[in-house]
Amino acid sequence: MPSYDVMPNMELYQPVRVEDALDIASRYADRGWLVGGGQDTYGWLKDRAKRADALIDLSAIESLRGVRETADGIEIGALTTLTEIAENDLLKQSYSLLSKAASVVASPQIRNIGTLGGNVSQDVRCWYYRRGLSCYRAGGNLCYADTPQGMNREHSLFETSRCVAAGASDTAPALVALDATMVLRSIDGERTLSAEEYFVGPAVDIENTTALRTGEILTAVRLPKAWANATFYYEKVADRNVWDFSLVNVAAAFQVENGTIQESRVVCGAVQATPRRLQNVEQAIRGKAKGAVTAASITGMASAGARALAHNGFKIPLMENLVKRAISA
Amino acid sequence: MSTHIGFDFTPPDVPGKVTGEIKYAEDYKREGMVFARLLTSPLPSGRVVGIDATEALRMDGVLGIFTADDLPPVAPPGNPALASEYVSFVGQPILAVAAITEEIAESAIEKIRVDFERRPFVVDPLESLSPGGANAYPEGNTLVRTQEEGPEGTPIRGAEIRDIKWPQSAIDALRAGKEPAGGEFTTEWTFGDLDAGFAEAAAIVEEPFVTIGYPHHSLESRTCMAYWENGKCYFHGSSQSQSANDNGLARMLDIDPADLVFINEATGGGFGSKIGPYPYMAISGNFAKRLNRPLQLRITREQEFYIGSARSGMQGWIRMGVKANGKVSAIDLVVVNDGGMTGAGSGNSSAQHVTVAYQPENMRFRGISVYTNTTPRGAQRGPGQNEMAAVLAPIADKAAKAIGMDRVAFRRINAIDSGGFQGGGQGPVTSAFVREALDQGMRTFGWAEKNALAKQNGSKVRGLGVGIGYHGAGGRGYDGLVRIGPDGKLYIHSGVGNLGTYSYAGTCRAAAEALQVPWERCEILRGRTDNHLPHSSGQGGSNTIFTHTRTNWVAAQDAITKLKEIAAQDLGGAPEDYTIGDERVFASAEPARGLTYAQAAARAIELGGKFSGEEYPDDINPITQRAVQGLAGSGLIGVAKDNIPGEGQPPGILVGFCEIELDKDTGKIEILDYTAIADCGTVVHPKNFENAMRGGAVWGVGLAAFERHVYDPQNGLPANTGLYQSKPPTYLDVNVETKMGAVNIPDPQNPTGGRGIGEPTQGAAAAALASAISDALDGHVFNTAPTTTDMIINHLAGNDYSTKYLKTNTF
Repeated sequence: MPSYDVMPNMELYQPVRVEDALDIASRYADRGWLVGGGQDTYGWLKDRAKRADALIDLSAIESLRGVRETADGIEIGALTTLTEIAENDLLKQSYSLLSKAASVVASPQIRNIGTLGGNVSQDVRCWYYRRGLSCYRAGGNLCYADTPQGMNREHSLFETSRCVAAGASDTAPALVALDATMVLRSIDGERTLSAEEYFVGPAVDIENTTALRTGEILTAVRLPKAWANATFYYEKVADRNVWDFSLVNVAAAFQVENGTIQESRVVCGAVQATPRRLQNVEQAIRGKAKGAVTAASITGMASAGARALAHNGFKIPLMENLVKRAISA
Repeated sequence: MSTHIGFDFTPPDVPGKVTGEIKYAEDYKREGMVFARLLTSPLPSGRVVGIDATEALRMDGVLGIFTADDLPPVAPPGNPALASEYVSFVGQPILAVAAITEEIAESAIEKIRVDFERRPFVVDPLESLSPGGANAYPEGNTLVRTQEEGPEGTPIRGAEIRDIKWPQSAIDALRAGKEPAGGEFTTEWTFGDLDAGFAEAAAIVEEPFVTIGYPHHSLESRTCMAYWENGKCYFHGSSQSQSANDNGLARMLDIDPADLVFINEATGGGFGSKIGPYPYMAISGNFAKRLNRPLQLRITREQEFYIGSARSGMQGWIRMGVKANGKVSAIDLVVVNDGGMTGAGSGNSSAQHVTVAYQPENMRFRGISVYTNTTPRGAQRGPGQNEMAAVLAPIADKAAKAIGMDRVAFRRINAIDSGGFQGGGQGPVTSAFVREALDQGMRTFGWAEKNALAKQNGSKVRGLGVGIGYHGAGGRGYDGLVRIGPDGKLYIHSGVGNLGTYSYAGTCRAAAEALQVPWERCEILRGRTDNHLPHSSGQGGSNTIFTHTRTNWVAAQDAITKLKEIAAQDLGGAPEDYTIGDERVFASAEPARGLTYAQAAARAIELGGKFSGEEYPDDINPITQRAVQGLAGSGLIGVAKDNIPGEGQPPGILVGFCEIELDKDTGKIEILDYTAIADCGTVVHPKNFENAMRGGAVWGVGLAAFERHVYDPQNGLPANTGLYQSKPPTYLDVNVETKMGAVNIPDPQNPTGGRGIGEPTQGAAAAALASAISDALDGHVFNTAPTTTDMIINHLAGNDYSTKYLKTNTF
């Protein structure tokens, strides 16, 4: 494939109202491309590995920005930047898990432009796929990464189905841990999905990473009061401390009373295409003291069922260690 | 007493860089300029069977295509600007398309059909050396030099490609970390008696090692713009060097060097990849000529990965024998280099590092450089030396431990001094004071105090490391050119490039110092050939400070001689009766009797001849001759070739000390402290010295812990063509502060006392960090550069880390 880096010709729409954006999205259907901060979009398009007839730039729609208190928690506009989320007082006070996750995405420059909606809707990381090779996810009939010689250090341990690419979002595991609700709109109206339902793996839909339907726009994310002010733990391990994707991350929320874990939601990112909720761990630690002893007691559970590829076996001990740190912290 | 050397100043291009006003090659536009883009190979190896550009050429705005047929043929192992029959790596340029806009040019690329015939390919040198292994070129797999290697960064000349295969037993042995007995090498040397050396050893350490190449990824890609006027080619390029490009680039353009104006005011990084003219310059200049339009060939970030050169990787084996007193008695070293598609390895330079760092009493080196179907390789900051420093440091630590010796003491016993040697030929050095540097470093870093601290802190474990970086740091025989104008100002003409190190300015201080001219009364002429620039070295090999403080010094001495001769001629007496000071030449015995520099310059113009450049020395280079001719009659000319007597290689040596915390849960490293002490003679420009220390430390972290090529062996595709994928360390991955110092003992062979230090700054940091990682893990030797997060986690988890079997380009 030749090397490109100039945007190809396409229509550009810059609506200022959600309704107009929905109309355009509906009209262009799968030939339209929704863009927020553009941090995932422009690479695809400039490399000409994916194409669209129209770019629908949502960034001028003010109603999709901001953090608002609601009767049942907080609603975050999908176009709110990651920097705004990292710095927002309401979030830092009650949902610091998400603030922390947003604060370690990519780099300061990218966080200033990148949006929450974009971060959770970005495509998977697989260098073969992103290079424009005709793999399963790109509509072809093979996987370049899941072979004995594939360069698959960053790829998935779980839930692979023809495709072994891993999810890249640092905020997605936090949203699953917080039991967030995703608000989706189309010209036909609004529907909501839990964060767990929003993210889909290759067994469900190999060409898409979310449950967004053609013509739909993710307009907001709602965080329920139930998990406000819980005990949180977030940690991202990447090769570099900035401008890098997670090798593994962990987002965990604990309801703790008198040192005992009442409820928890423990989620790992970058180990499969979607955030991986560790319900076996959650059940095992329920009613146990939050601390090192309980952490030690779940050895092997976080990574149970992992299938290592040729070069990503290191993710298994890393995942185990991060989950233990979350419990013992 | 020094007035300029050893003092800070602001190089004249700094304000432009701070404000963004300075221009790089890509910033230059020209009326009527058109745009060219490259079509690159999708295959790692193949034959171009046909090119059909019919559809592209029919597009509105497309002006033409340019192929290898438009350039003189380049036989392997040369690196052609455009592939002709064979393509040998993914990303190799095949043709260029020109159009009136960049968008049209890029769309035209999509319309061109290239038919290929696939060929076998290989990305791992040991695979190619294996019986039946694929060869990167139809002619073979190994670069064999038929004449001595030129300076770093210069094109390979006098070489041929051969097909060399090793017995499978040798391949298996090396992969298993043993001596590859029966393997054929293309470079071999020995000094002393190896067997006797090992017989004397109280301990013998034997280890394999692998270092992985990685791209230079210069921030400024090698975009060029060229236009032709009145038979001259005006060429905007991105180079580390200035005058060193003249002859090679003129050859590429098939013109007399006098008809070339090479313009390169600022360069956004080169790191060894832009020392001389690079092949792709031929496209811009010749395509512009054919279209008779100014033409810009913009190189994209991805293309800069492909064609912007990379460090060679190594797979090797070392056996080190150490006497009970700590002296290294014998070293046996094997290096198999991954030469990429250009075949150039740096094994000999790696061996040279070993000789300087440990001064072994007996040593053998055997090396071979193997072509792979990966990107072109070339010099990159301390090529050979720095990656060797990174893998050697933990091995040396193991040797020290084997005889129960402190790691710094071990290095101190083996340190090079002014009577020491470098390389397989055991050539002399101009001076060396490494023991002094180690002593200073131990004090500054607090080696003893830190060794006494607790090692474990929760999941974190402390590691301390020490490393040595080395590179030859100076050349001789280039020319200096200064001019005193009738305005009395000193104009220093510098053919030195501006690769970002500011040594072009630092070296000019030598002329100001010699002529005792205040810096504000000096002006540096540089950056474009028509500024009349002398023959200067390429900006590679850490050489500039040594090389061009000398050239500027000798040019200034010539000017001083002429000042005195003019004064004697006009005011009586003999030239030796005169001296200089306060921008005057005057009688030593009667200071009032003299001429200002302005007056002397005016007299030089009147007198003509040698005084104003109508005549010049016979031994100066033709480039300098043309420069002097261009200046003739404009002032008092000081021009001379550096004939300062002396012998030996000036060494640039740095010792680094590193303290880290390694988190055993995550494999992450935090650098708590880094101290660097240089043995580089007199520090010519302190501020710039500090910048070199910091920058080198950052890239040392990259070499030791992050950066590497990743190729898929199934299809020869590179995985990390982008800058972020290549993982140069960021601000948050490196030490916050670099404690630094210099021994600051003048080199006797430089009038200013200075030697270069650029490259070793990376090697010392990489070595110190690798040493610290090993120390944190109870002396575990990874034998890799880089040692990445996954390797550390795998080691701690008891998994085999994937570099157990030596291989480059793949995990």
